[in-house]
Amino acid sequence: MTDIVRSLEAAVALIEDGMRVVVAPDHSGVAMEATRELIRRGAKKLRLLTLPASSLQADLLIGAGSLAEIETSAVSLGELGTGPRFAAAALAGDGLVIKDATCPVLHAAVQAGEKDVPFALLRGVIGSDLLKVRPDWKVIENPFAAQSVSDPILAVPAIKPDVALFHAPFADRQGNVWVGRRRELFTMAHASARTVVTVEAIHDGNLLENGILAGATIPGFYIDAVAVVPKGAWPLRFMNRYPEDSPHLAEYMRLAVSELGFRRYLERYVFERRAA
Amino acid sequence: MPNTKFHPEELLIDVVLRLIAGAKHVAVGANSPIPAAAAFLAQRLGGGRPFVSLQQSHKHHLFTDGGSELFDAAGQGRIDVFFLSGAQIDGSGNINLVAIGDYAHPKVRFPGSFGSAYLYFVVPRVILFRTEHSRRSLVERVDFVSAPGVSPPGIYRRGGPIALVTPLCHFSFDRERAGFRLESVHPGHTLEEVLDHTGFAFERPEVVPVTPFPEPATLALLRETIAPELASLYPKFAARVFDLHPAAVTSGSTP
Repeated sequence: MTDIVRSLEAAVALIEDGMRVVVAPDHSGVAMEATRELIRRGAKKLRLLTLPASSLQADLLIGAGSLAEIETSAVSLGELGTGPRFAAAALAGDGLVIKDATCPVLHAAVQAGEKDVPFALLRGVIGSDLLKVRPDWKVIENPFAAQSVSDPILAVPAIKPDVALFHAPFADRQGNVWVGRRRELFTMAHASARTVVTVEAIHDGNLLENGILAGATIPGFYIDAVAVVPKGAWPLRFMNRYPEDSPHLAEYMRLAVSELGFRRYLERYVFERRAA
Repeated sequence: MPNTKFHPEELLIDVVLRLIAGAKHVAVGANSPIPAAAAFLAQRLGGGRPFVSLQQSHKHHLFTDGGSELFDAAGQGRIDVFFLSGAQIDGSGNINLVAIGDYAHPKVRFPGSFGSAYLYFVVPRVILFRTEHSRRSLVERVDFVSAPGVSPPGIYRRGGPIALVTPLCHFSFDRERAGFRLESVHPGHTLEEVLDHTGFAFERPEVVPVTPFPEPATLALLRETIAPELASLYPKFAARVFDLHPAAVTSGSTP
């Protein structure tokens, strides 16, 4: 049986230039070491979809020049403020395509991708300027509204990412990945053509045969590669396993407000492989 | 009359506490320490109700179905209160979480709309909260509408803004009129200050009341029980308002 467990480099090789990559939010499990590996590899023209928002992961990829496009509901480092490279790219107004969204639209769009239907529906949003900057979003008439009653509703294109990337607590050698209650990771894996996961550890045995663990496990047939990367979410928090490295994030903010400072950050923490 | 000293942000927590009275489920989103504090205070005082879900927290995250569940639950009508803010808020209750200036070439870029473009529509009581009360934050008309304050008839909408709380005052929002009304000015501040620092027109009574002081018992509960709980998640806030620092937090688990 092919072992789905690979090296980090081999796993990340499945994320090819130009691909649409969907990533998890901070509180789910962000594959930060895989992200640094993407930058080391010189990944280019990626189309990032944050499901639904991001902090350091998106900002790092933007600053490193890895992205052609980002679709997101927000890029924020919490109390530290807006992602500095994201803000800089927005002000420059050239190069990076920013597709502003709102969280539930992104969830619904990926869910539609999961169902292989062409579009998703959602209430709200009508009257928001998001509609002005998202010509791909449409307002349609509810075809099932009572006769002669107008009931406009938002319709957005389904999203089927080329690859999903996230960090999880553990997987087994069959590629079954335990994610706990982070069910958007299920949706991401279902909707995406490929799924690349980094994990803290390998679980001995078959997760699907474990009655307690199986319900929170993504079956291995959705997964393309698993790489073991302890502290793989650093410097972000990882579920309730380790907290965020706040001093490091503060240092990132201090450096990343300038192009030069950001380069210095990359040299020190990405290219020199100074890990946790 | 007892005159327990309080931090201005403790007063804001108290104002929010009164606005969420009677709620069954309060959800608190990103970067919202004052709403979080008020929600947990309400829960403590209410003997376990309302349910409080804190999106950023592992411990206080009530959902088991992933990131879309909050939005689905709100759509189902299960979330009574949510909090929103905006870099800009205007007199019609529109909020801007995106940019100042031309969208394609902004002067300032903010994180983004988060879930506001949806939640503003489906949550019955949205409390707007703004830590900066100025003519640049409370404007006549926002540069970008992340979420509109009201909707025309015929657009499905269950909820929207009910109030705006700032360090100067408390406004209520009138959905019919699509405008704010000044309800009270906080102690130590004046109507003139509010008029000077507000860029939008608003209604007000003949005599504008002073915002009531928080009860000493409420303050005690907030400081002794709620604040330490929030310190790990909001370290800057805990340090600034309650003088709590990481060494002082003895809880072993990450909230």
